[in-house]
Amino acid sequence: MIENYVRKIFTAFAGDEEIRLAIGASYLIASVLFILGLKFLNSPRTARRGMFLAEAGMALAVIATLLDHEVVSLEWILLGLFLGSVAGYIIAMLTPMTAMPQRTALSHAFGALAAALVGVTKYYTGHVKPDDHGLMIALGFEVLLGALTFTGSMVAFGKLQGLLPGAPIQYKGQNFINITTIFALVASFGYLIYRPDAATLFYVLAAIALVFGVSLVLPIGAADMPVVMSLLNAYAGLAGSATGFALNNNVLIIAGALDGASGVILSIIMTKAMNRSLTNVLFGGFGAPIADAGTREVKGTIKSQSAEEAAAILDVADSVIFVPGYGMAVSQAQHSCKKLVDYLIKKGKNVRFAIHPVAGRMPGHMNVLLAEAGVDYDLLYDMDAINDDFATTDVSIVIGANDVVNPAAKEDKSSPIYGMPILNVDASRTVIVLKRSMNPGFSGIENELFYKDNCIMVFGDAKKTLEEFVSALQELDA
Amino acid sequence: MEFLGQLYIFILAAFLGYNVIHRVPPLLHTPLMSATNAISAISVVGAIIVAGMEHPDDGTQTLAIVMAVTAVAAATTNVVGGFLITDRMLKMFKKDKGNNQ
Repeated sequence: MIENYVRKIFTAFAGDEEIRLAIGASYLIASVLFILGLKFLNSPRTARRGMFLAEAGMALAVIATLLDHEVVSLEWILLGLFLGSVAGYIIAMLTPMTAMPQRTALSHAFGALAAALVGVTKYYTGHVKPDDHGLMIALGFEVLLGALTFTGSMVAFGKLQGLLPGAPIQYKGQNFINITTIFALVASFGYLIYRPDAATLFYVLAAIALVFGVSLVLPIGAADMPVVMSLLNAYAGLAGSATGFALNNNVLIIAGALDGASGVILSIIMTKAMNRSLTNVLFGGFGAPIADAGTREVKGTIKSQSAEEAAAILDVADSVIFVPGYGMAVSQAQHSCKKLVDYLIKKGKNVRFAIHPVAGRMPGHMNVLLAEAGVDYDLLYDMDAINDDFATTDVSIVIGANDVVNPAAKEDKSSPIYGMPILNVDASRTVIVLKRSMNPGFSGIENELFYKDNCIMVFGDAKKTLEEFVSALQELDA
Repeated sequence: MEFLGQLYIFILAAFLGYNVIHRVPPLLHTPLMSATNAISAISVVGAIIVAGMEHPDDGTQTLAIVMAVTAVAAATTNVVGGFLITDRMLKMFKKDKGNNQ
């Protein structure tokens, strides 16, 4: 056993009361540093500085916790800190930027697991007295949210990593079973608050929550992942907050609330960008093959061209807007894209990027990939900032995006994506679509854009196509 | 009264968080998610307390320690991994590429 030397050193020159105050003050400072850290995230110029503040706050809070009189030995703490640091370092250094959604899903799972385990351990070691109804409420929320976020995030991770099928997994009576599960959760939680010493029920509650997390995320398609990720983010935050309530620790309550607020904001932005409600995402099973899709007659023909022909159009264009989607991440095309962008800028063309809020598998996914490739972030425009400019643009290049540029969202009332705000690429003079094949995307919805007169398709791997564009342009200049 | 005080803090922090985070541009939404994730891994504090508290030798010891160490490790993974990867991402957001590269 390693005695708590940290506390021992401090007790040499400070009394219990002083130490208690020092811990409280450290937590307060940490809370302020966390808030400042997030505030600095409002600009890429100050963001890194902000994160240093948050890191300092975290270090301060961890050291202060070691002074707590409840911490009597260090060996298990050190073991956990060591294992976690190694795992965290490896994950952070080895994760490619294209795999950022998976990494984030995994971290939601870890955060939720920690919260759930702290709650279960607290209960298991007999810290809940039979008349402690308030503590039971906090502990119940902690374990409930922690457990369902843990398994839910693991399923999301499996889908994003390709270990589970990305398409929604649905079965008959799914909603009925979900509703029954929710009812069982509420009922057992309610009884536990009334009788906090009903130990078996406590573990049953945790078990049902674990199952519920799985059944909540399984039916959701990969294309809806940005919403699910945001929602799991909110749950993980709330689980952390509940931990703070249970341990009577304010910095946990505050950090959890910040995380929860962030998750809620992102969920709202994502659902708005898809023109759907949260219930529709969770229970609608969007992305399942739609029976009546394709019944509407599509006019026009598909015009497939070679990279050289498309490059010739690009050569005479003055203004170009790139529209990246998940397909860019899949084919790792961001670096080739950057080469093409550099070449076009060198030739004096006006080049910009239009980023739809739900492009990719998590909020901001495309921005990170393009930043990785070294694209100046001033060239990246949000949908609202650039959508009116397509009409005066010569060429739009769609790289592996589908639903976010589908005009059916504006024109076809029977389309499942009707009403979703889209990028108006069809308003530009020419649209060049880079696509692997004619297979419709995850949603299985036919895209009328491909049949429009001003649209040409270049089939093949996006990364290779973009490189062919560059060499074709170089040849034209030679 | 303790609960009410906690609730005050929670609600005020949620409002504050909403307003602060609303200003984060979509450009930085991925780093935002990993940053808030790292910050909320402050639950490592709770895990440290259950891992370091006295574990009476009454048969609950082993399982309690296993759960507590797992909790510390999981939360620490998020602290270390979250902050490192956020920084890795933020380093990439550059302007004036001509000067930097």
